[in-house]
Amino acid sequence: MSSKLRIMVPVKRAIDFAVKPRVNSAKTGVETAGVKFSINPFDDIAVEEAVKIKEAKKGAVESIHVVSAGSSKAQEVLRQSLAKGCDTSTLIDVGDASVEPLTVAKMLAKLAEEDKSNLIILGKQAIDDDSNHTGQMLAGLLNWPQVTAASKVDINESTGEVTVEHEVDGGFETVSASLPMIITTDLRLNTPRYATLPNIMKAKKKPLKTVKPADLGVDIAGRLETVSVSEPPPRPAGIKVNSVDELIAKLKERGAL
Amino acid sequence: ASTLAFLEHSSSQLTPGSLNTVTAASKLGGVTALLAGTGAREAATAAAQLAGVEKVLVAEDAAYDHGFAEKITPLVAANVAKHGFTHVVAPASSVGRGFIPRLGAALDVQPLSDIIGVESENTFVRPIYAGNIITTVKTSDKIVLLTARGTAFPPAQKGESTAPIEDAETADLSATPTVKFISEHLAKSERPDLGSATRVVSGGRALKDKESFDSLVYPLADALGAAVGASRAAVDAGYADNSLQVGQTGKVVAPELYIALGISGAIQHLAGMKDAKTIVCINKDPECPLFGLADFSLEGDIFQIVPELTEKIKNA
Repeated sequence: MSSKLRIMVPVKRAIDFAVKPRVNSAKTGVETAGVKFSINPFDDIAVEEAVKIKEAKKGAVESIHVVSAGSSKAQEVLRQSLAKGCDTSTLIDVGDASVEPLTVAKMLAKLAEEDKSNLIILGKQAIDDDSNHTGQMLAGLLNWPQVTAASKVDINESTGEVTVEHEVDGGFETVSASLPMIITTDLRLNTPRYATLPNIMKAKKKPLKTVKPADLGVDIAGRLETVSVSEPPPRPAGIKVNSVDELIAKLKERGAL
Repeated sequence: ASTLAFLEHSSSQLTPGSLNTVTAASKLGGVTALLAGTGAREAATAAAQLAGVEKVLVAEDAAYDHGFAEKITPLVAANVAKHGFTHVVAPASSVGRGFIPRLGAALDVQPLSDIIGVESENTFVRPIYAGNIITTVKTSDKIVLLTARGTAFPPAQKGESTAPIEDAETADLSATPTVKFISEHLAKSERPDLGSATRVVSGGRALKDKESFDSLVYPLADALGAAVGASRAAVDAGYADNSLQVGQTGKVVAPELYIALGISGAIQHLAGMKDAKTIVCINKDPECPLFGLADFSLEGDIFQIVPELTEKIKNA
């Protein structure tokens, strides 16, 4: 490979995975006031993978650029990713607007071109809207190969060939493609590190640039309108049984056996 | 609506998820099915017999094997352009999830993934937040792209007539990037397919090791004619294969009967099984969160209870 790796890692700030989301009182969306937000867990795995590649391939990685489209609050997930080892960061400030995956992919594609990125690693989906779209859309816009739900990534930096093991229905598959490419991450790829205090301090000095969607030439108006949100009906309360015989009798009574 | 359903096949058979996809697509009207790759023509004869299918398009070409999104996308786009489809529906499988967003980028539309309901031609129901919230969404896109969650739609049945089979419009693949297939490791099993089984027996971390998982979960599953599942903790600990994982990051199942053995019930596991009709939880921890969701809870030691349950079901 003639040029070095320029990795982009798009990340999203989402409601923390341990919080059970509730419908807001206006029934227009999910309650966000007083709720803990974190980096989307799959994106945290993407950050970790990029940093691991940089650590393992000494000198092969020129930069890791972490990017988030969100409100100014998304700066916290950018700082956290810088503390874990990313080099530079960009906030695409969309204010409080909720932006659809296609819009995000268009903005990321523009940044990737400006940046001359040749490897983009991001979570397979965000755990809020569960769309599982952005990586594949970005690959489509850039006309790059895509490998989704990666569980193992092996880069040959001299040939630019990347071998990826990824999860498919009924098992896993190993494939390869040439840079530039897009990889989306699954949970088994790695275990993200915690940022250390000295690195958190150092990250405060790393670059964080803010751009507006208009700077990237993208209109953020979406195509989707939320008609309603609801919580699934609760299951009727179950009963406690005290023996195997009672369990079998109850299952038969219900027609489940 | 004029709907194209992208169907998948394996060894000339339609995949179970494809049958669910035909049902989802037929809620919008008559369906044109598209099959691609080696063996597509043979699978097309089965698709042509399904109720709701009016026409079948076939692209029998090895370029479409392994369902690579880089190749499937231009094929589907070429057929949308030729026939003027207003809707494209694919299974919410690895292949469908892979190419539908890429097609969205190509057509400049925002797809809707994992739909569980069709309200009208432009309004659909889908789960968000791992199924903790259900949302109804209306799209203003001229071409609507969807992936359908298999468990939300019953499989399409054989109809009374046979649809005509035609060659699909060919696509120019010369400028598309290439992903090379190296190998695959698919779990082979004589048991029912986890995603479509009517009964599932799942094991969790409390099984302690792979030997106990094998000696407790499998015999009970066999006695019930059930598929075997596992919690993420059990998979990560090496007790069971990845492909058996039930949950947000694994398979989403909705069987008639789900028996959880030694599974505490993390949010991500519940997202994968809470639509089961009857849930049984056997666990020795009285604080186990899954007890709150189960229809029948039995507190106790799985190492004693499961062999007894297996014997009694066998002899019933």
